[in-house]
Amino acid sequence: MNALNLKKGASSKSAYNLQNLAGDHIETHTLAVMVDNEAGVLARVIGLFAGRGYNIESLTVAEVDHEGRRSRITVVTTGTPAVIEQIKAQLGRLVPVYNVHDLTIEGPAVERELALIKVAGAGEKRVEAMRIADVFRAHVVDSTLESFVFEITGAPSKIDAFTELVRPLGMIEIARTGVAAITRGM
Amino acid sequence: MKTQMTGADIVIQALKDQGVDTVFGYPGGAMLPIYDAIFQQNDIRHILVRHEQGATHAAEGYARSTGKPGVVMVTSGPGVTNTVTGMTDALLDSIPMIVLSAQVPTPMIGTDAFQEADTVGITRPCTKHNWLVKDTDELAATIHKAFHVATSGRPGPVLVDIPKDVQFAEGRYETPQKADLGHYKPQLKGDIAAITELAEMIERAKRPIIYSGGGVINSGPAASMLLRELAEATNIPVTSTLMGLGAYPAKGKHWLGMLGMHGMYEANMAMHDCDLMINIGARFDDRITGRIDAFSPESKKVHIDIDPSSVNKIIRVDLPIIGDVGHVIEALLKIWKSRGRKTQEAAIGKWWSQIDEWRAVKCLNYTPSSSVIKPQYAMERLEALTKTHNRYVTTEVGQHQMWAAQFLGFNDPNRWMTSGGLGTMGYGLPASVGVQIAHPDALVINVAGEASFLMNMQEMGTAIQYRLPVKQFIVNNERLGMVRQWQDLLHGSRHSHSWSESLPDFVKMAEAFGAKGIRCSDPDKLDDAIQEMLDFDGPVIFDCRVEKHENCFPMIPSGKPHNEMLLGDDSTENAIDAAGATLV
Repeated sequence: MNALNLKKGASSKSAYNLQNLAGDHIETHTLAVMVDNEAGVLARVIGLFAGRGYNIESLTVAEVDHEGRRSRITVVTTGTPAVIEQIKAQLGRLVPVYNVHDLTIEGPAVERELALIKVAGAGEKRVEAMRIADVFRAHVVDSTLESFVFEITGAPSKIDAFTELVRPLGMIEIARTGVAAITRGM
Repeated sequence: MKTQMTGADIVIQALKDQGVDTVFGYPGGAMLPIYDAIFQQNDIRHILVRHEQGATHAAEGYARSTGKPGVVMVTSGPGVTNTVTGMTDALLDSIPMIVLSAQVPTPMIGTDAFQEADTVGITRPCTKHNWLVKDTDELAATIHKAFHVATSGRPGPVLVDIPKDVQFAEGRYETPQKADLGHYKPQLKGDIAAITELAEMIERAKRPIIYSGGGVINSGPAASMLLRELAEATNIPVTSTLMGLGAYPAKGKHWLGMLGMHGMYEANMAMHDCDLMINIGARFDDRITGRIDAFSPESKKVHIDIDPSSVNKIIRVDLPIIGDVGHVIEALLKIWKSRGRKTQEAAIGKWWSQIDEWRAVKCLNYTPSSSVIKPQYAMERLEALTKTHNRYVTTEVGQHQMWAAQFLGFNDPNRWMTSGGLGTMGYGLPASVGVQIAHPDALVINVAGEASFLMNMQEMGTAIQYRLPVKQFIVNNERLGMVRQWQDLLHGSRHSHSWSESLPDFVKMAEAFGAKGIRCSDPDKLDDAIQEMLDFDGPVIFDCRVEKHENCFPMIPSGKPHNEMLLGDDSTENAIDAAGATLV
């Protein structure tokens, strides 16, 4: 994480005093951005974050409407309330963007991430990894005599907890998708 | 009309259907099919510039003086990389511009082909939007969409990258009426509840001020008229950013002059002490606000802007109104009138007395000289001798730009073209070319510094070729004056590389291009020399030799609030503290 250390009266990214009446605390927000699935749209979104010094904690994108060629980008970002507000406004003015939803504010929302985790080992450690996987409802999707690949789905914090436990048991590789999120109810 | 045609013909047809009569450009290998199509028609006039950056600034000058979008055509690779500065300039100043660039043929994209550049990648952050067209069938719709995006909402530059094979291939033409313009539709009408709240705030305000910006000019001439009506009807004083000069007339009785770093004392003091600030189409730029935590501490702030991302970006406002300023002011006037046209008359009268006290400071005063031309004197005389003309003024960037903004009066919108946001040296000469193309009979003056002028002086060739009688008024102090001024203020007067050495003889340069050169260094002869410039029917380079050490005042030093302005050289000692020195 590369926090944008905005302090009252000073900013690491700008030579100017940024007014910060909303406070200095850093918040994490999950944004859902509907976009035209056109060439370069992801570069445009990422470029906006990089160019203006915003953080990306996690980012997922896939076409969700094949007929209308629309993609949904889910981005988890951090910043002060003023910065989060500005991020949404900047995203909203991009030409291919239909709308920006702040699921953290509009919520409650369901946030899920999928991870594939390879654990190598034998003997008691191998058995222990299986036991923990069972507790976390992780599935074995590949198995050899020396290794497992677990598939686990859940909130990012659940995946963090799982990896903490299996790391000492021989975790050698992990792939995470980043967060997909949707509001609860209608 | 036949609907199948080559990509090159589609480009021409699309421009015609968009009402384009002029393009600024420079040909090259990948652009040849389109240039061949230009050769075979007479509806669109192509102006051959001398450098692609010149094309972009000329298009900006054309756009800002007409309200129509400027169109640029360049070839691939270096052709388009040379437009990056101009597009960034147009982005920061919200100028509608369409750049059509050629690209290497689609099968060669990504092979590091001759004159290949990742154009959409390079220009993504300096355009409002851009497109690479890979299919001739999509070319017409993309160009129409480009015009729609460039001119709707907050205007800006867009780019359409057209590979050479797409120009050669045949495809389907679509008219602007039939083309799919996508879902980009900015909100134009402001929220009526919010506008009513503003009317109530105006009714209660004792020390109100209107702080207007380039958005009023971009909204069109009607918005300027409405702004005038609002100020007259409510007796509210008006100040404006550099970008907004002319929206409210300089001769109007509610005019305070420009605000900001080199703005008028009365305007900045009024901004600091007001109780209601109505920002109409400006964006709280750092040149305006000075120190943010001391910015207008006692006021309720209202921000009318078409771009939601401008709101609360720098200054947190009490009442944002998203919409086109013309629509919003119109609705505001209607609502305020229907509620009985109420204002705090007596309090506003007192407010004006206070403003008159600030005016009495006469912040533009300078020490006159009978032996050298003071730059301020040069501006005063230029104003006196040209203000009755049908006049358009462009500038370069630096001290001369601020003096021009301070001393020249603009009574109409679209008469003042200057690089505000990006501060692009080299803007003024090509911009004056674009303005003169659009207004062949008008007086077009570029107030320049000698250093800025050298940055795009090749465009004198364009002025000659198209018989454009642009007047280049160079305020020549043989210094990078604004850099030197900051070195005086911040860096112990160590003038690191801030002087112009080995300057050309500007009179001979004018003659070498085929223009007229005039030099003047005597204040007594200045009027005659300016008159000679005005009387000459053709382009002129005027080398006005001025006092070399003059600094530009008044000034809000960086890191200071509006009420701590410097009024002259004697007040500059330790004016900027260590924190201020880190600002730009």
